Amino acid sequence: MKTEQLWGYRRSDGRVGVRNHVLILPTIVCATQAAKQVTELVHGTVSFIHQHGCAQVGVDYEQTFRTYVGMGTNPNVYGVIVMGLGCETHQGRSIAQEIAKSGKPVELVSIQDHGGTIGAIAEAARIATKMVQDASALVREPFDISELIVGTECGGSDACSGLSANPAVGYVSDMIVDKGGTVILAETTELIGAEHLLANRAVDDRVAKKVYQVIEAMEKRAIMMGVDIRTGNPSPGNRKGGLTTLEEKSLGAAAKAGTRPLQELIDYAQQPTKKGLVWMDTPGHDIEQLTGMVAGGAQVVLFTSGRGTPTGSPIAPVIKIATNTPMFEKMRENMDINAGTIIEGTESLESVGERVFHELLLTASGKLTKAEILKQYDFGIWRIGPTF
Amino acid sequence: MASFYRTIMMNSKDNVATALDNIPAGSVVTVTCQGKEYEIEIKEIIEFGHKFAVIPIKKGEDISKYGEVIGVASKDIAIGEHVHIHNVEGKRGRGDKINENRTAMGL
Repeated sequence: MKTEQLWGYRRSDGRVGVRNHVLILPTIVCATQAAKQVTELVHGTVSFIHQHGCAQVGVDYEQTFRTYVGMGTNPNVYGVIVMGLGCETHQGRSIAQEIAKSGKPVELVSIQDHGGTIGAIAEAARIATKMVQDASALVREPFDISELIVGTECGGSDACSGLSANPAVGYVSDMIVDKGGTVILAETTELIGAEHLLANRAVDDRVAKKVYQVIEAMEKRAIMMGVDIRTGNPSPGNRKGGLTTLEEKSLGAAAKAGTRPLQELIDYAQQPTKKGLVWMDTPGHDIEQLTGMVAGGAQVVLFTSGRGTPTGSPIAPVIKIATNTPMFEKMRENMDINAGTIIEGTESLESVGERVFHELLLTASGKLTKAEILKQYDFGIWRIGPTF
Repeated sequence: MASFYRTIMMNSKDNVATALDNIPAGSVVTVTCQGKEYEIEIKEIIEFGHKFAVIPIKKGEDISKYGEVIGVASKDIAIGEHVHIHNVEGKRGRGDKINENRTAMGL
């Protein structure tokens, strides 16, 4: 078998990055605007807007904490400037200390300690200027596919998702697993109705049992609220595209997972401990799912869409794959690959799969995705408790 | 006389097929799957990506696609009729059927 390689950056914790960002990480909503100002001043920095980081407790606090740390430690990030306010529950200092364990450069700037907004922006920009120049001195090196953690996702699905793009991603998923890499399957909500197919592929009874546990927990949330889950999922756009029930959508979504054994089932924003196919427990919400996988260490994401979406991450390239040609034509500036040729009968599933795999290697070696070019920096944490 | 409109049926156990073109009412389409072949008169417009019945389906019967259950018929459905949210209900995540208490935490 030919050994395909990607060109990336080795980090001090041993992981391999496919981007070399300096991340301005606001750990509290109050610091997000200042962080964004820093990215406007300093080339090579990225950040994101969110509404989290204060008045959170218990498991909800821990999940948000884990997500921030995971964003900072993702190997696509060269170094981090944590920006806090000073009085919040998610203290910038604790998050910076946790990220620093990876060995990468980490600095902390707090609005209350650095003379308010202007002082904090100036201090962060000063630090970022040096960090970006240091980052730019690194040169890409060749690495094996086995270094990759690839997230898979479908958003804005239609009836073609389960026929074209998702099975094509499933084909690529098997290729990555066979070459020793890791693939994350997620969106637990959108596996309701297809869980038996994955439980049958679990490596042992413990993993199979956990499949039924996370599905039951997700289904119980709808039952607790006294609603038909279909009022939220499938969404109005899914239904217009011909998807009738959540079960139908799930069976199409599960095609992304290919055919290889399910190695483990991990929590939201947790780093996989095994190679091969791994299931991360996330909701179906596109941005919350994407954030969980990237915080879990995914360096690249394969994202299929039937209705078309702009989704992207501040630190990980998201390769957008259209399920049908009319949408690909209509949203060319958002879509990277067209799998609609499978529907038209002009290209085989395997051939589309090979194209996706080739694009994955190019992207992991530096080619920009449409979402990166359009600066689509989405971020959202799956909150599992109320705000107090 | 069968038309050129394209359809796909995923599994021979299925009772629905998916339109791969916008199919006008009154068209006759051929659906083939794993050695089975159906000639079906389409009763109403079926848009690209939407489903139609390939055999008669009674209220309360399961709807099958991919050889798996995707929901249950909420009305009798005739051959060639559109199969969608107006005549199919999901069976999963149905808090509305189990718990009518509509507070956020189910308390």
